[in-house]
Amino acid sequence: MTMTRRLLIEQGGPGHRGPSLPSCDVPERPLAEHLPGARLRRDLRLPQVSEPEVVRHFIELSTLNHHIDRGLYPLGSCTMKHNPKLNDEIAGLPGFALAHPLAGDEASQGALRVIAELQKTLAEITGFSAVTTQPAAGAQGETTGLLMIRAWHRSRGEGDQRRKVIVPDSAHGTNPASVNLVGYETVTVASEVHAMVDPNALRAALDDRTAAVMLTLPNTLGLFEPRIREIIWLAHEAGAQVYMDGANLNALVGLVRPGELGFDLMHINLHKTFSTPHGGGGPGAGPVAVAAHLEPFLPVPVIEEQGGTLRLTSDRPRSVGRVHSFNGNFGILLRGLVYMSTLGPPGLREVSRTAILNANYLMRRLAKTYELPHPEHCMHEFVLSGRGLRKSGVKTLDVAKRLLDFGVHAPTVYFPLIVDEALMIEPTETETLDRLDHFAAAMERIAKEAEENPKMLLDAPHTTPVSRLDEGRAARELILHWGGGAPRAAQAPAPGAPTRA
Amino acid sequence: MSFIGLSRDEERRMLDAIGVPRYEDLLAAIPKEVVLDRDLAVPGPLPEIDSRRRFGEWARANDADHAISFMGGGLYDHYIPAALNAIAMRSEFATAYTPYQPEVAQGSLTAIFEFQSMIVELTGTEVANASLYDGATAAVEAALLARHQTGRARIVVAGAIHPHTIDVLRTYLEQDVTVVADRGGQCAAEDLKSALGSDVAAVLYQHPNFFGLLESPQTIHALAHETGALAVAICDPISLALLEPPGASGADIVVGEGQSLGNPPSFGGPLLGFFGCKQSLVRRMPGRIAAQTVDRHGRRGFVLTLQTREQHIRREKATSNICTNQGLLALRATIYLGLLGKLGLTEVAELCVQKAHHAASLAAALPGFKLAHGGPFFREFVLECPGDAADVVRAARAKAILPGVDLGQFRSEWRKWLLVAVTEQRSAAEIDRWAEALRASGGRS
Repeated sequence: MTMTRRLLIEQGGPGHRGPSLPSCDVPERPLAEHLPGARLRRDLRLPQVSEPEVVRHFIELSTLNHHIDRGLYPLGSCTMKHNPKLNDEIAGLPGFALAHPLAGDEASQGALRVIAELQKTLAEITGFSAVTTQPAAGAQGETTGLLMIRAWHRSRGEGDQRRKVIVPDSAHGTNPASVNLVGYETVTVASEVHAMVDPNALRAALDDRTAAVMLTLPNTLGLFEPRIREIIWLAHEAGAQVYMDGANLNALVGLVRPGELGFDLMHINLHKTFSTPHGGGGPGAGPVAVAAHLEPFLPVPVIEEQGGTLRLTSDRPRSVGRVHSFNGNFGILLRGLVYMSTLGPPGLREVSRTAILNANYLMRRLAKTYELPHPEHCMHEFVLSGRGLRKSGVKTLDVAKRLLDFGVHAPTVYFPLIVDEALMIEPTETETLDRLDHFAAAMERIAKEAEENPKMLLDAPHTTPVSRLDEGRAARELILHWGGGAPRAAQAPAPGAPTRA
Repeated sequence: MSFIGLSRDEERRMLDAIGVPRYEDLLAAIPKEVVLDRDLAVPGPLPEIDSRRRFGEWARANDADHAISFMGGGLYDHYIPAALNAIAMRSEFATAYTPYQPEVAQGSLTAIFEFQSMIVELTGTEVANASLYDGATAAVEAALLARHQTGRARIVVAGAIHPHTIDVLRTYLEQDVTVVADRGGQCAAEDLKSALGSDVAAVLYQHPNFFGLLESPQTIHALAHETGALAVAICDPISLALLEPPGASGADIVVGEGQSLGNPPSFGGPLLGFFGCKQSLVRRMPGRIAAQTVDRHGRRGFVLTLQTREQHIRREKATSNICTNQGLLALRATIYLGLLGKLGLTEVAELCVQKAHHAASLAAALPGFKLAHGGPFFREFVLECPGDAADVVRAARAKAILPGVDLGQFRSEWRKWLLVAVTEQRSAAEIDRWAEALRASGGRS
């Protein structure tokens, strides 16, 4: 006997309720007296379910997720590494979790110390002179960085003239989207045959209207740009600023400091490089590190130390302004700092060292089975092409879906756009040789299946809680909430996915 | 300390398999002169025991470690049920990535769908997204949507909106933001009317507003629509358990800060921006959206949909650049609303109203203190102190009470104003202690 899985709103009903609240211990008056003239709600259609059933609902949902504590999660550019549990415990200490951002500097010295220490540590790791921890995620880091670049050009009287940002065709989608958000125009430059930025193409694109060049290092193929300093020099010669997308910083920690390469600024994804949990889509944190000439433009508030007391100040006339309601994603910043100080200098160096070793090992093993368009040694990730499987009528998407049957997550697929049928694989340093071999064996078996029994891939996944989902139907019907469309399940939950008995 | 499981023997085998004699051969593409030849100058390595000591000391250096909170101004001290933390901290939710492979992410996707459903219900809108960074950036996204939708540039901000929200709007929109100041704490219809014109894309207002006072949503919606602008409400979700949802009286977009739904203030982040709007705006909506569908066996399931709006597909033509959002906080809000449900959330909101009004009446009776505004308020109110609010805060802190937000930190003309929030967590005895702390401090200034 199985029970069908129902949404919360399809459970319980009048007479069911969760945890109770204290009775009112102050003198009560009717709401209408307290809220004269206010228009009040007539009905509130929220679930009415007992605590045990709410707990079961979410615990059952949790069993439907893949997650890093269960198995390999080799999403390229996402850096799915182990999330140390200590970080969460420390972020949950009442002195941090309950700290209120408007309580004043004197009441918040511990929290301000965390932010100041993190800024110092990130400046040292990246080789820049100052850091803002305000941006809530990588994309907001990009926005903040571009706003600072815009403010810098304006301060030099070139604000109106310089409005183009050069972005390679291998870049993350957030780069051009952020460029658009600050009112700049994206100029895409094609990568050359080795997937590197072509200095000649760059030289041709650079002119006195270029505000910035945005580069990812290593690039999204996991390759270190050998001519990076020449590229940065070219951009600077043309009067442009050079922004580094730090999504791939895991390859460089303790090995190369981007500030020393000549970049003007970069963002850092704490939820990638520095182990904070991805939370099923966030929260992250996207601090931005800048060279000295951009420091006056950092968003407010900034932290200053006066006589041993840390203070938040917004008295920065050249600042781009405020980008977050309060102090950025403090709880994530704190987790990142705990991680960095847990590892210390030797541990941080091991991060990039082992990430690079793991990626190269996996790449060479899989290159015997799958096409490797760029055979150079990689950094922390690499990109395969699934186009060789086409002869069997199988696509990269089918490989990804079949992988789910082996207890590992699929790699990033169809990105970067410059590789046909791309599979972008980033194992990270926290995977062991056993795990890498298991993943490789699964990939090899899938390639064999593609030849011998392609239907096995086309029908995959076979062992997941649901089989392949109809995304086209979702977009056509647009049922976006439980009162939307014709929620047949609300009346007749019968065909819902069976739970384990 | 490291989180790496790799022996020297394994490393040797891996290098052999790669086909290089030395590890350094893998780094051939990196110019030698930029390879760091020293250790980073950072603290650590710290074993867990030492980490706990170091960070524990810093945690205790914050008043929040031991003080009773009457803090508000956008973030509130609501009770978080024990079951919520037990569920939300599970690895299955916390350590999963964005649900790009829906067959192994039905847990996250179902929860997002339920979150969207609850936001739609609370706000009275027709669709909602999976979350944004915080209340301020949600207001920015609403303004940007309105500009695209109307082809107009100017954004009018009406009445007492959180000063930080206005700051963030100005960071993104610069001179295109017009602020219509409050009159006696609330938005005055005639002031708003005179600021409107055919170049206005949206009117943004906050309800309850920054001072805790209720606005007149239907009046503001009507004025906005008369000039062809969109009406955007910035709301607190707890208050929406009692108040008529702005979507029901014509708001085109309802956004806000969802921290109060089961998330700790955490020194101002991570927070939870929510975004609901009319169905007709769904293709311009920022961020991720979950939708219901079926699998190949006809079983119900959920996927991310309308991804062609988003940056990873649409690049420079995307509706927003947001990628990572606040998924885990949206999950917490969903669990919170699931646990409390219809009855619990209504009781929380009613307790806030009763306790805030009780506290306000106690304080207004203290010599030298009075309420700064006369309008109806929900959970917080502005108290005018006999002297600087900063002095009141200092005196109360010595008694382990955070008595409210010193509004002097925003504007010098507000320096006597203390913004006080009272949630369901505050007992009558705690409110008495708070009033006594005010009385004692007032005598001194």
